[in-house]
Amino acid sequence: MLLQVDGLGIHLSGKPVVKGLGFHLDAGELLVVLGPNGAGKSTLLKGLAGEHKIAGGQVMFDGQLMTGWSNRDLAKQRAVMPQRVEVNFPLTVEEIVRLGRPPEPLAQSMPILMELMELLDIAHLQHRLAPGLSGGEQQRVQLARVLAQIWDAEGPVLLLLDECTSALDPAHQQHVFSLLRRLARQRGFAVLAVAHDLNLAARFADRLMLLHQGQVHIEGLPSEVLTEGVLAEVYGLSARILELEEGYPLVIPRDDAHKPGYSWASFSRLAPEKPSCRQAS
Amino acid sequence: MQGCWRKRGRLPVQLIDGAGRLAKGPALLIILGAAFAVSAVSVTSGAYPLSAADILAVLKGELDDDIVSMVLFDVRLPRLILGFLVGAVLAVSGAILQGLFRNPLADPGLIGVSAGASLAAIAVIVLGGTWLGGWLDLAGVWALPVAAFAGGSGTVFLAWRIARRAGQTSVATLLLAGIAINAIAGAGTGLLTFYSSDEELRSLTFWTMGSLGHAAWDDVVMAGPWLLLSLCAAPFLARPLDAFLLGEHVVGHLGYNADWAKRAAVLIAGLGVGAAVAVSGLIGFVGLVVPHLVRQALGAGHRIVIPVSALAGGTLLVGADCLARVVVAPAELPIGLVMALIGGPFFLLLLLRTRIV
Repeated sequence: MLLQVDGLGIHLSGKPVVKGLGFHLDAGELLVVLGPNGAGKSTLLKGLAGEHKIAGGQVMFDGQLMTGWSNRDLAKQRAVMPQRVEVNFPLTVEEIVRLGRPPEPLAQSMPILMELMELLDIAHLQHRLAPGLSGGEQQRVQLARVLAQIWDAEGPVLLLLDECTSALDPAHQQHVFSLLRRLARQRGFAVLAVAHDLNLAARFADRLMLLHQGQVHIEGLPSEVLTEGVLAEVYGLSARILELEEGYPLVIPRDDAHKPGYSWASFSRLAPEKPSCRQAS
Repeated sequence: MQGCWRKRGRLPVQLIDGAGRLAKGPALLIILGAAFAVSAVSVTSGAYPLSAADILAVLKGELDDDIVSMVLFDVRLPRLILGFLVGAVLAVSGAILQGLFRNPLADPGLIGVSAGASLAAIAVIVLGGTWLGGWLDLAGVWALPVAAFAGGSGTVFLAWRIARRAGQTSVATLLLAGIAINAIAGAGTGLLTFYSSDEELRSLTFWTMGSLGHAAWDDVVMAGPWLLLSLCAAPFLARPLDAFLLGEHVVGHLGYNADWAKRAAVLIAGLGVGAAVAVSGLIGFVGLVVPHLVRQALGAGHRIVIPVSALAGGTLLVGADCLARVVVAPAELPIGLVMALIGGPFFLLLLLRTRIV
């Protein structure tokens, strides 16, 4: 067991945001954390990343209390991708990716930097300044930086990724998640990724963990977690679930209009178009 | 070509790399050359011009001219050394604070150092004859610089204590505390100005506009160690500061102790600027413009920005000091005034020419 979390509690300005949360993560596993806005996903991830103080419970990493690790040692085994990283200074893509590397001569990091920039499809942006890039490109640059940190790590590796594909186009989303799964399978990385896209999660995750009000609502295989009942209960989302022959479920949300007691017609501005509007335009 | 999305003057192509930056070797040579040139001008020019031949003769011991050697060793040299150190420290502190606050517009004045130092200095000038008479008797000629130094480092410490909660230093609170302290110190300064006599007013105005005119070996001895300490310690912050550019939390993710880095950065900048203000008064713009220019030309990595800013800042201040001496010779302009006169328009020009990121 690479990561073992028991009874974890995290308070933000006095309010409990994560309550008695427990789960485990093995080497070689891709666990996707789902949940509605405010469920405590990011707080959990930041707690594991050492940004928030842990109010209760314990986190064991590689058989040792997480708090017992030194900053420096932990940075060699654990890399974190925050939800947003803004770069205001004229750093090039290559320089940002290199920030993930420990102090070493450029010639030594160069092969790793090139490999990662190729992998994340940013090699053509190598010498561009990061502030001029699109949101999705910047996100891939950050991901490359995060991977650079543990690319040649010896021993266990834990990746904590907070919505690492939120700004990417569908093709790059698929690409990144399939890369993450390959890293888990082939190199034994333990990956904990917070995400919102249910279908992306279902397609690539080994296990899903659905958070609700700071606790684990349900955890298990995609087909166990993504059921109509669970989605309605946690998200208030009415959806149809298709079990694909590829072996994972597909979530198709229904129009809100189908939800009882909820109707677009009750919003006057969204009422069916009037002829006068058409004439005006 | 991919890299040419940003146009950059008419410099030869091989000097510019893919990101529109100067190659590091030639850039360093240019700055070193400029540093040497302004040093030579600074030593020779002034109210009593010295020729290069005279200086060489005195150095070799061939010329025994008391006036030449006195002007050279007791006036020009301490002034050159102090000017260079002060300029370097102001520029490096600017670079550090801009990195720490992740804001290219931060400058050493922002965390209240300059305001605190000047308040203390002006208090000594105005109240020296009355309430602070005891301090004058005790400290003698050191009264003004020591007070300025204490005032500068004191305000930094205060801002830093305010920003510290539950063992963590909040950069945003530090910035806001600095602004509030600036306002309070500014009000104090205004009040003292209001109550000052004509003679005191003249002396404090001169001080708030900055000057290297009184530079002597005493100043070098007093401020030098602090200035040097701050300059030597700054490069050790380069890597954590690089991480700060990505955000405060990323510093921890990358394995650095963010709180330690913040403390060190504030301490280094505070001590350095406190010492600088103590011997030269308020000199603006160096801390803002120099790191900005260096970043635009060579990139934002602090392993480059910190040492090159030090060189360029020293060069710029010594150059401005030459101008201050020459323009209205035998009188002198306050160097802060000269800096603002050169720096302001130049910075505006820069804003118009390049996109600011």
